[in-house]
Amino acid sequence: MSTTYADKTASATGKYVGRAVDRVDGPAKTTGEARFAAEYPYPGLAYAALVHATIPRGRLTAVDTAAALAVRGVIDVLTHENAPPMKPAPKVSFLDLSTLVSGTPVNYLATDEVHWNGQPVAVVVAETPETARYAASLVRPAYEELPAAVDFAAEEGNAVPQKGNLISEAAADKGDAPAALATAAHSVDLTFSTPPHHHNAIEPHATTAVWDGDRLTVHEAAQNIAWTRRHLAQRFGVPEKGVRVLSPYVGGGFGGKGSVWAGTLLAVLAARATGRPVRLALTREGVYHTVGGRTPSTQRVALGSDADGRLTALIHTSVSRTGRAGGMGEPITAGTRHLYASPNIHLRQNVVQLDLLANTFMRAPGESIGTFAVESAMDELACELGLDPIELRLRNEPDRDPVGGQRLAHRRLREAYALGAERFGWSTRDPRPGVMRDGRWLVGMGVATAYHPSMRMPANVTVRLGADGTVVVRCGLQEMGMGTATVQAQIAADELGVPLESVRFEYGDSDLPSGPGAGGSAQTASAAAGVLDACDKLRRTLLGLARRVPGSPLRGVRPEDLEARDGGLYHAGRGQTYAEILAAAGRGHVEAESRAGMLGFMVRTLRERRQWVRAATGAQFCEVRVDPDTMEVRVSRWLGVFDVGTVINARTAASQLRGGIVMGIGMALSEQTLIDHRDGRIVNASLSEYHVPVHADIPRIDVQWLNEPDSTMPLGLRGIGEVSITGAAAAVANAVRHATGRRVLDLPITLDKLMG
Amino acid sequence: MKPFAYVKPADVEAAIQAAAQPGARFLGGGTNLVDLMREGIEQPDTVVDVTGLPFDTVDDLPGGGLRIGALVRNSALAADRRVRERYPMLSQAVLSGASAQLRNMATVGGNLLQRTRCPYFYDHASACNKREPGRGCDALDGFNRGAAILGVSASCVAAHPSDLCVALAALDAVVELRGQDGTRRVPLTDFHRLPGDTPEVETVLAPGELVTAVELPPAPVAANSRYRKVRDRASYAFALVSVAAALEVRDGVVTDVCLALGGVAPRPWRATEAERLLVGGPADESAYRRAAEAELAGASTRRDNAFKAALATATIVATLRELSTGGDPR
Repeated sequence: MSTTYADKTASATGKYVGRAVDRVDGPAKTTGEARFAAEYPYPGLAYAALVHATIPRGRLTAVDTAAALAVRGVIDVLTHENAPPMKPAPKVSFLDLSTLVSGTPVNYLATDEVHWNGQPVAVVVAETPETARYAASLVRPAYEELPAAVDFAAEEGNAVPQKGNLISEAAADKGDAPAALATAAHSVDLTFSTPPHHHNAIEPHATTAVWDGDRLTVHEAAQNIAWTRRHLAQRFGVPEKGVRVLSPYVGGGFGGKGSVWAGTLLAVLAARATGRPVRLALTREGVYHTVGGRTPSTQRVALGSDADGRLTALIHTSVSRTGRAGGMGEPITAGTRHLYASPNIHLRQNVVQLDLLANTFMRAPGESIGTFAVESAMDELACELGLDPIELRLRNEPDRDPVGGQRLAHRRLREAYALGAERFGWSTRDPRPGVMRDGRWLVGMGVATAYHPSMRMPANVTVRLGADGTVVVRCGLQEMGMGTATVQAQIAADELGVPLESVRFEYGDSDLPSGPGAGGSAQTASAAAGVLDACDKLRRTLLGLARRVPGSPLRGVRPEDLEARDGGLYHAGRGQTYAEILAAAGRGHVEAESRAGMLGFMVRTLRERRQWVRAATGAQFCEVRVDPDTMEVRVSRWLGVFDVGTVINARTAASQLRGGIVMGIGMALSEQTLIDHRDGRIVNASLSEYHVPVHADIPRIDVQWLNEPDSTMPLGLRGIGEVSITGAAAAVANAVRHATGRRVLDLPITLDKLMG
Repeated sequence: MKPFAYVKPADVEAAIQAAAQPGARFLGGGTNLVDLMREGIEQPDTVVDVTGLPFDTVDDLPGGGLRIGALVRNSALAADRRVRERYPMLSQAVLSGASAQLRNMATVGGNLLQRTRCPYFYDHASACNKREPGRGCDALDGFNRGAAILGVSASCVAAHPSDLCVALAALDAVVELRGQDGTRRVPLTDFHRLPGDTPEVETVLAPGELVTAVELPPAPVAANSRYRKVRDRASYAFALVSVAAALEVRDGVVTDVCLALGGVAPRPWRATEAERLLVGGPADESAYRRAAEAELAGASTRRDNAFKAALATATIVATLRELSTGGDPR
């Protein structure tokens, strides 16, 4: 574990910001006191289990529930024949972002239609979870099967151009890339594929739902508390203010809990139908069958360059898939728009709809698999040119956005590569493939660029200061393991000049001011903007109170000249503590609020997009060892150097960045969801057969950051949740290429692809 | 999970009697059986917990062999000094499987009865002749990267998942069985059956018959032995291919060899053809390769597992090379 973070971040702004502060939720989690969605006790709690369809497409002709109902302890079996109806999912609208939270438009149990193999077609409610699951295995649906398209490889040819949206274009053209490619001095033209991936958070999705008349309380593992509340109110036709969603702790999300999926809706429905509090905790297999994952992709990357390695043509096209019933076209070429200067650029995204469960967000949708292709191709071009792969990238580093021409807000990839090359010992790399050895092991070193856009979402935050000096920050977001609660408390403590211990951050409840969801690596910056604004308002309010008191040392001081420190406000050595200000004003507390209107927020976002291209970037360095007999690949060293602006908490940031790299190693070497081409059934729906990396697969991971604030972002910070998975798979593939001379184009890089 | 009765007999006779009833299953560590019960693959009416029976020791046999009680936990077996000295491949095989927590629970007897990890076996929505005789086999034309390439049939290509059994097969282990008709001894290599037309019948066990011990004959050659497991991640994955090998070389000539393969067959696969070719021949890489290729000559591969023959060959060669040079192969 590196100890250099504190030193490196000493330049960061405040007393707490930048430090490796312990997680405020650490003790609660390590003692088990922290409750997750499936751990809230209720008197009379019943348990639900799902029955999954076993055909990819068709209609239910009957559901035989007799055997299930006969099991002692079964309360009810809900099917499309007896379930109370839900309202349909609202249509997606950018004026109401909560409409994005619907995982699929399928109206479970209000339809006899089956849209994918694994779709829930019945829910068993019982007195124990074991009874519910056993009874669910006895439910016998009968189907009329309809033809289904489930084989991505076979259906790829039917892909159509993907539609762009307000914040993500699906195509770009600059110059004439095909013509430039044809005449380029050097070129590579490669076709890559990536498999479907699935979410495997340590906490499977869980919901505890309790109705009281038309009032609903839901304990949920949710990445979007406010949107989930609104969605549930709409689906069940009850007032939004009567719906309370509680989600303080989420046991990992990665995008898989960013939408409302079947388990949530059906738990609420089952509670409605039975009049009992109902808990539905998905089995691991249930997660695979009811929660979307990452689309597979086929990607073509063609690069042309002049004799010196300057790109003359950059082509990146992709095919991905959605479900016919829902999903989103993944922005696979999104990162490629911004990576390299080239006079000729051609980007296209295509998508095909299949009769499979809707795909969904999974850590860096688009960039994670897109960077695999483009960064592998860059490495291959470097081989073609006989040029160092870092040097090739530096020669093509853009000064302005290559497609849009906007300014690049604080781009420091050159510095990241320079620091990385030195720390990693890049100069010891013999560029010839297959010659570096450690005993019998083949050794390879590879690099790749990481890239993820920096975004923000609206956030409402209140800050309350009590006469006893305690500060309460309220925002309806969740602690999903990233350190959210800790970093916002750090920011508030610095902004108000109080000890961290006196700040309490209240979160995880839809009754709190509406917080930003955890998505797009945007939550920390979004909430930070709200905390900064609310703290600023609070200081102004306090100053206003102080100035009204005759003889106050703060009379005549302007707000921008204030210094918040030592539990009070000061200017030029004179000032008052908060306790003194409140006492003199006769107030027990003061409170300030930051509110972000949706419309104004969207207008500002779109304006800024025309002005700036903002992104977290990084340089990934990977070393692998390959067994020359069996071609097993093991990652032996890793360094990621990231340009992520101001780092708020060195401990949780390092953890986030390492986590993304771990997931990237999984993507590179072992993860893939196996979907049977005949019936669309996921055949490896378990942690035993879906291979996420285990500890033994992961070496020590060195993460570094440049820690220079991005002046266009709140506190200079950029989101860090996703950037470190990008480029990771390419870094592995490039290291494997170096070790073996073999370019693997199809993930994951399993040993059979290196044999023969 | 389907409701079931649980009994914990105090002696072996009672256990055998209880397990002879239809729908009864012995329970050891439960690391596989309970999983299968949760998935509804196994639906016993009665679970007969045998962990109270006195078969939990490793004892010396005359001449240097070992008798391993069927209830010895995997972790205890791997840590046993005699096992590590006399049969290092056995300790390595155990430690290459599962996780520490599972090894602490899993028993030797239960390990012999592990069921395949073929994904179609695990999913009721799929056709599997092993789970439902006569229903067909979705693995034949589906995902079969993990499937067997030796000893398969038209009705089943599932691979046996055990690591421990591969080492036992190489070491000429003998399984001791107790049933209502008394005690019998079966070579480990005859204990598991090939699928043929009845892939649901996986062993020669009679109803109610209990594995009570595994005996290892003395094998000086095994002091120089190794278990090499090749898999998709560094830990907690079943073998794509594994090799259990013991080798004795004198003056450049192979004088004794024991060789068995895992991950490639419906049962732990004793490589008798390779052994026959190796003994008396030169201890060099080309001889190892010829022997390995001869063993794999009968391989029957499908869409995803054609690589296994070459991988098995390469792994045999690498393992024998390591044993003949005495060094780390890498």
